[in-house]
Amino acid sequence: MTQQQQTAGGDVRLAGISKTYGSFTAVQPLDLTVPQGSFFALLGASGCGKTTTLRMIAGLEEATTGTVSLGDEDITDLPPYKRPVNTVFQSYALFPHLDVAENVAFGLRRRGIKSVKKQVADMLELVQLGDFARRKPHQLSGGQQQRVAVARALINHPQVLLLDEPLGALDLKLRRQMQLELKRIQTEVGITFVHVTHDQEEAMTMADTVAVMNGGRVEQLGAPADLYENPRTTFVANFLGTSNLIEGEVVSTGGDLVVAAGGGKLTLPRERCSAPTTSGGRLLLGIRPEKISLAHVDDADCIAAGRNRVTGRITDSSFIGVSTQYVVESPAGGALQVYEQNIERDTRLVPGAEVVLHWNAAHTFGLDAAQDIDAGASSVEDAE
Amino acid sequence: MPVLRWIRRNLIVIAGLLTLAYMILPNLVVMVFSFNKPNGRFNYAWQRFSLDAWKDPCGVADLCGSLSLSLQIAFWATLGATALGTMVAFALVRYRFRARGAISSLIFLPMAMPEVVMAASLLTLFLNMGAQLGFWTVLIAHIMFCLSFVVTAVKARVMSMDPRLEEAARDLYAGPVQTFVRVTLPIAAPGIAAGALLAFALSFDDFIITNFNAGSTVTFPMFVWGSAQRGTPVQINVIGTAMFVIAVTVVLAGQVIASRRKNNARP
Repeated sequence: MTQQQQTAGGDVRLAGISKTYGSFTAVQPLDLTVPQGSFFALLGASGCGKTTTLRMIAGLEEATTGTVSLGDEDITDLPPYKRPVNTVFQSYALFPHLDVAENVAFGLRRRGIKSVKKQVADMLELVQLGDFARRKPHQLSGGQQQRVAVARALINHPQVLLLDEPLGALDLKLRRQMQLELKRIQTEVGITFVHVTHDQEEAMTMADTVAVMNGGRVEQLGAPADLYENPRTTFVANFLGTSNLIEGEVVSTGGDLVVAAGGGKLTLPRERCSAPTTSGGRLLLGIRPEKISLAHVDDADCIAAGRNRVTGRITDSSFIGVSTQYVVESPAGGALQVYEQNIERDTRLVPGAEVVLHWNAAHTFGLDAAQDIDAGASSVEDAE
Repeated sequence: MPVLRWIRRNLIVIAGLLTLAYMILPNLVVMVFSFNKPNGRFNYAWQRFSLDAWKDPCGVADLCGSLSLSLQIAFWATLGATALGTMVAFALVRYRFRARGAISSLIFLPMAMPEVVMAASLLTLFLNMGAQLGFWTVLIAHIMFCLSFVVTAVKARVMSMDPRLEEAARDLYAGPVQTFVRVTLPIAAPGIAAGALLAFALSFDDFIITNFNAGSTVTFPMFVWGSAQRGTPVQINVIGTAMFVIAVTVVLAGQVIASRRKNNARP
């Protein structure tokens, strides 16, 4: 079979692809290139168009406009059973009337391959289910079913493996384990994986490249660390981890940007600001909670010069083992989140205490103030 | 009181056994009287044990002819109703079309309508069309009322089917025909089988509609009714017992096969 020899397939390229149902637009015209052999994640809240995008690659959904190509071949008009692409479905969609081995062999048999036994055995070995070949899907646990679904897709040596929230139904511990497992399998077989998920942690752990989707658009695309450190929209800043966003007015654009907020001045490197800046314009300053240090107001003089600082009062603190999470009410930006490592805990840092928050100015990022400051924030809670 | 306590503890079992007895007793009477040797024409009082009727089940004029006719009608009615009903069920569950809701309720009509009314109106229809009453009119009538039962049984099954299974099949290189044969049909099979069994049973023992529309043709239920006016041959009990035993055997065999499969699946 051609699909089997052609392990070197090429990139997945989506050009101007979109999907509308009646008057509802699920996916806005979208250009996306998934490099061959990469682990690519489409991340977003439910209804953002990530699954529809995946289904258009699989051929299960017809694109309203645009083209899907694989390497040099345009596959837009191919039905799903003619595409060298396989899917791991969210609910696994294992065939209940077939045992595990026959489920895995299904794709090979449909392509007329007679001697499937060896391949099926090898594939079940890869997903560590060798002893379960004769069981029916309903006799397996969720994690085992999930591995059968992966084996059933992978045995066909697709050029691209599509995963639609494959870990959504598993409990947290199993999910962590399967994340590593899937990553291991991907490294082992070297096939392009396109992974759809609403779990930002999952996307960051597994993927080389993450595309954050919102409202049928790709908000930002990049390596997990790059997305986390340099979000370009408030949605990305809030959806990937937590961000403190402080609104201020630009007072100086010579050299580093200086912004007046909450009665003080904060600076940030010009290259870390994705928004256009003019003196007197508004800007959102972002800082991740773990980048902030807390000092009691009595020790304010010990803070090194050149650091950004904001005053506030602790309103809440919760101890979570490796760190303590504080909520600090500040005139600069409402409730700010601060994560402190539990190395040397200052016993004065309790709710009610007056504190100074300070951080390296280089860790600050700037966003366009015209956006909704809370975009993507609530979605994080939904995802947990 | 230990007796009262025992009763209280086993109340469910006792209730279950009583219900079972209530259901099985009539069948047992039929069975016992198939070994009777009645004096006179009526098989209503026990006289003495005899295998005469079992040795010669076709010994009564027209009995086996009517039985064979009933089996033929039941076979074709089951086939027709199952094929049509399965398609209707898939159409109703899978597709959105005009008057879908109306059709869905119309399908229930034969189940809800009194059989006598349906039988009479069917007869009116056939007579107005100038149709010759007989095998074909009975078959058409049977397919018509069996259809609703098949649709109901298959629809329940198709509704509980995950449409992603078919997507998964298409994703795994199965074309439309292969998807239907390899995935859709096997998964819908229990519903289709249940519908077919129901259809067979309903067609085989239908009396009212058949009686109206059969003309001079005589099916097994009509034969039994007719002969009951003049005397009941023991052979009727023999056929009844045989049907009961065959049905029970089929069900038991099915359960044994199913449980064996389950055991094989757990080595």
